[in-house]
Amino acid sequence: MSSTYFEILRPGINTTIQDSGRNHMYHEGITVSGAIDQRNYRLSNKLVNNNLNEAVIEFAYQGPLLRLKNNKINFSITGDVIFKIIRKNLKIEDGACYKNYILEDEEQLDIISTKNTAYGYLSVNGGFQIEKLWNSYSINTKANIGPNMGKKYSIEDKIFIKYSNLQKIKQMQLNYTELSDNIIRVIKGTNFNYFSNKAQKKFFNQEFSVTKLADRMGIRLSGHKLENIVSTNIKSEGLVRGAIQVPADGDPIIMLSDHGTIGGYPKIGVVISADLDRVGQLTPGSTINFKEVSLEEAQNIFKAYTEDTNKYLNENN
Amino acid sequence: MIKNISNLGDAAVYCDFGSEVNETINSYVIDYFNNLSDLIKEEKIQGITNLTPSYNKLIVSFDLNFTNYKKTKNIIENLIIQKNKKKNNKNIKIPVCCEDEYGLDFKRLNNKLEINKDEILKLFFSKEYFCYMTGFIAGMPFLGDINEKIRCERLETPRVKVPKGSVGITEQFANIYTFESPGGWNIVGNTPLKIFDGINLTEPSLINPGSKVSFYQISKEEHLNWNE
Repeated sequence: MSSTYFEILRPGINTTIQDSGRNHMYHEGITVSGAIDQRNYRLSNKLVNNNLNEAVIEFAYQGPLLRLKNNKINFSITGDVIFKIIRKNLKIEDGACYKNYILEDEEQLDIISTKNTAYGYLSVNGGFQIEKLWNSYSINTKANIGPNMGKKYSIEDKIFIKYSNLQKIKQMQLNYTELSDNIIRVIKGTNFNYFSNKAQKKFFNQEFSVTKLADRMGIRLSGHKLENIVSTNIKSEGLVRGAIQVPADGDPIIMLSDHGTIGGYPKIGVVISADLDRVGQLTPGSTINFKEVSLEEAQNIFKAYTEDTNKYLNENN
Repeated sequence: MIKNISNLGDAAVYCDFGSEVNETINSYVIDYFNNLSDLIKEEKIQGITNLTPSYNKLIVSFDLNFTNYKKTKNIIENLIIQKNKKKNNKNIKIPVCCEDEYGLDFKRLNNKLEINKDEILKLFFSKEYFCYMTGFIAGMPFLGDINEKIRCERLETPRVKVPKGSVGITEQFANIYTFESPGGWNIVGNTPLKIFDGINLTEPSLINPGSKVSFYQISKEEHLNWNE
């Protein structure tokens, strides 16, 4: 058992462990979880020379203040994040994302906040000393599944870090720039024809705003009420990440990683896989436009997204 | 059998078994679920990440890095279905306390259905139910069908927090809130029994699709002193 750990001096708003997600459990009502922004999650592992599916710390808006105990580590932070490193001599160093750093015993890492996005990622070389549950490290706070008894981290909690040989680590920095674009591409949903012609047009032509009701389960939008002309309820059926449900009040809700596994509201659309990272990063008050694409286009866009991700993952190799 | 197959986004196949809700259609869904599950476990098919059976739909999610809609649809269309692969013979009895602090919606049900609490309870407890699916939150069972006289729509304004263990009814269905959760079902009681056990890795849910479930009434004291 390793004795190296982060001591949590300030937990942040929603600090959890996440990975690529927990599959094959939807039928039990256990949702997929996993990092909201899968690309930034993988890039953070890449930067510390980890397996790309290693567990990382995900934080939302205000991040944690951590003190390292008992050894030195190599870490990196990805996303659009402001953070500082408080060195042993009390010198405060401004941190840069997409870069790896050495943190010494008793030094602190202050993840102040994300800027224009919701989530950021902290990876540590070697990963954390935690157990998988149903083949995933992800914490599902709704059903209390995963490490830390399935709860978000609180003050004074400890997160243990696996021993690793830092000699192998080289300094690394990625030239990564996030596409800041408010167009989210969507395939028509299985209940698209439940909505009036006017509502269908509004959905693809008008701007929607992200409300304060945004978390790891989903994002509720406002701006244009979408009129349903068939039925505002369907017999409950399975949901997927990116599904856009419209309840009776007419305001769309986009499902994210911790969504309920089934739902009873009509689905007007589904966000394409390549845009899930960006949609999950939307913050309250920001605006988006939906653009219709075909299944074939979505598959091609996903190919381009994967190639683009791999370009960064293969850098410096 | 499957009436129509379409795509739900770019990473899921939507198998539609019809619009009615009954045990026969649901058993077709479960047959497809069981057959596909075995093929995934035996690693005979690749790229599928989740199967979500419901009343009359099956959603097959996949990872676009390994497969696509066309290939996955093809697998489903060419499946040779072995019926009743896993006969679920579970017969589960659930204790429920319906005293006022647990049965939150009897007043509403009285008004809407124009029958009193005793009559509602008599009808609710006298039937054995069938589990169509589990989901929404971990282990939540969707049971049916309840007596026609006690069918009532969801609350106009859903509760922000329904207490863990709450037993709810709406339309032809009953369910159990396995965790505290938002919800709009009419709450008639509360069970002290653990319905979802995150420690039990092989069988975390007490109730599974196909299980038979009946309820019996307990007192508040029995509820408070319940020991599993």
